[in-house]
Amino acid sequence: MTAVLRVARESSQLARRNLLRLVRTPTSLVSSLLEPVMFALLIGFVFGNSLGGGIYREYIVAGLLAQTVVFTTSFTTIGLSRDLEEGAVDRFRALPISRVSILLARTCSDMIVCVASVCVTTLSGLALGWRAHTGVLHTAAGFLLLLLFAFAMSWVGAFIGVIAPTVQVALSLGFIWMFPAAYISSGYVAARSLPGPLAHIAEWSPITALVNALRQQFGNPVPRQFPVPRGWPVEHAVPYLLLWSAVLLTVFVSWATYAYRNKSKSR
Amino acid sequence: MVVVEELHKKFRGTPALRGVSLDIGTGEIMALLGPNGAGKTTVVRVLTTLLRPDSGRARVDGWDVRRDPAQVRRSTGVAGQYSSVDDMLTGFENLYLVARLRGMKRAPARRTAGDLLDRFRLAEVAGRPAAGYSGGMRRRLDLAAALVGEPSLVVLDEPTTGLDPEARLDTWEEVGRLAARGTTILLTTQYLEEADRLADRITVIDRGRVVAAGTSDRLKAAAGTSRLFVVVAGDHEMAAAVRAARLAGGAEPTVDTRGRRVEVAAGDGQEALARVLTALRAEGVQALEIGLGRATLDDVFLGLTARTRGVTR
Repeated sequence: MTAVLRVARESSQLARRNLLRLVRTPTSLVSSLLEPVMFALLIGFVFGNSLGGGIYREYIVAGLLAQTVVFTTSFTTIGLSRDLEEGAVDRFRALPISRVSILLARTCSDMIVCVASVCVTTLSGLALGWRAHTGVLHTAAGFLLLLLFAFAMSWVGAFIGVIAPTVQVALSLGFIWMFPAAYISSGYVAARSLPGPLAHIAEWSPITALVNALRQQFGNPVPRQFPVPRGWPVEHAVPYLLLWSAVLLTVFVSWATYAYRNKSKSR
Repeated sequence: MVVVEELHKKFRGTPALRGVSLDIGTGEIMALLGPNGAGKTTVVRVLTTLLRPDSGRARVDGWDVRRDPAQVRRSTGVAGQYSSVDDMLTGFENLYLVARLRGMKRAPARRTAGDLLDRFRLAEVAGRPAAGYSGGMRRRLDLAAALVGEPSLVVLDEPTTGLDPEARLDTWEEVGRLAARGTTILLTTQYLEEADRLADRITVIDRGRVVAAGTSDRLKAAAGTSRLFVVVAGDHEMAAAVRAARLAGGAEPTVDTRGRRVEVAAGDGQEALARVLTALRAEGVQALEIGLGRATLDDVFLGLTARTRGVTR
């Protein structure tokens, strides 16, 4: 228990340091805050009118929210790899603190960025005509699920940040997986409409799990010309999302910590 | 206080440390002196638990760096050539963060940060981000950060590399003050002057090996009180010059092939000069320069490191 408290105390100090840095370089936030608006407008209005108009624009908000939390992980990746490259991590490692604290501080402080991005995405969604039709409780549950999944995803970002040998590599590695992850899903189209094996990947993808759960919690309908989503992942959207979050957390917390420990031994 | 025994470390097959041993007594200042790439920073990284050695042991305050890294970290403060200062944080925030991470509560952490800022003459700029600090101010802040929590060993990794002369003097004074308080210090440097001036004892390393150790006086004595040198015009005269120098000095001379310069310790100074003149005449060699000079720590250092580099002989 004391160990847990210690990690919590150390992480909160380090997270505070990350936030101070963030506050002093507000420009680093610009892309995280503008991207959601841009994608909402692009997808809502470039594809929107051919794909169902208003109902489509309401449909894609779950996808936009999912894309936002996926894209925000690059913040974690870059922040961590920069700290590693600039020697900040070495300095912390020479102090008597737990090694997990540095990773945990990063994933926690980046949740602030994530929340801000989610707010912008939600506002953009409201502007597109999106509404939650299910009442306060379900809406709140939807956002909580979103943040839980976002936290799990940020450990994916942390893992990439640790294994990337330089910030340059982290930049490209941190971005390259995001587009397929966000788009091979039911975020913007029906998963079942994708060709061949992609349809199966999309149907079972964690992003689809998130999107399905969000649509359920917010009560957002599927456009009429889309095939009706069915199957286990749709019928058990929330438990399936919780399962994915747990799996991602377990796998990437241990991988990131392991890679981090090894890095400290060999360099 | 610090005991290092037979450290070995390879990076991708390339040996960085090939059996480094040293010990530092409590309150002592030890300089680890060597050229770039000698393995100084590797020793520091092992001692500060950032790097695991392939073999060998290192203990700080009785704690083994491999078995009790947490204890070692508690006992050690590090300041380095890669300044550990966080640019975007203010001087105060930097020190406060370290104090909190060292387990201090809010009030004592604030007090410690304030005291150190006063002590290192940074109180005036305490509220400004460190990015705006001068080189000397950053180094002082770095040093202050290493002292948070009063560690029993302070490791300074090339504390003056990249500093202008004024800031260097400034840093030397701080180290002197620190030593006067009885803190044990391990200092790495590539400057002889720095080692000579600050350290009680010097360990010279080159290519991952200790090539000499002792007080600076002893190292100077080992190099001979005087140095005799001969410079010749042609490569074909080098062999003769080496023979003459060996005869005159009674020891194996160091040879700089490119400069066509032969040098040897000459205990009896002037007499050796006379002998080398006779010997050169007998060899029929016309020297460009012949001279006698006092040994400096530079001679010791260059002699030692050149020998292990295989430039000589």
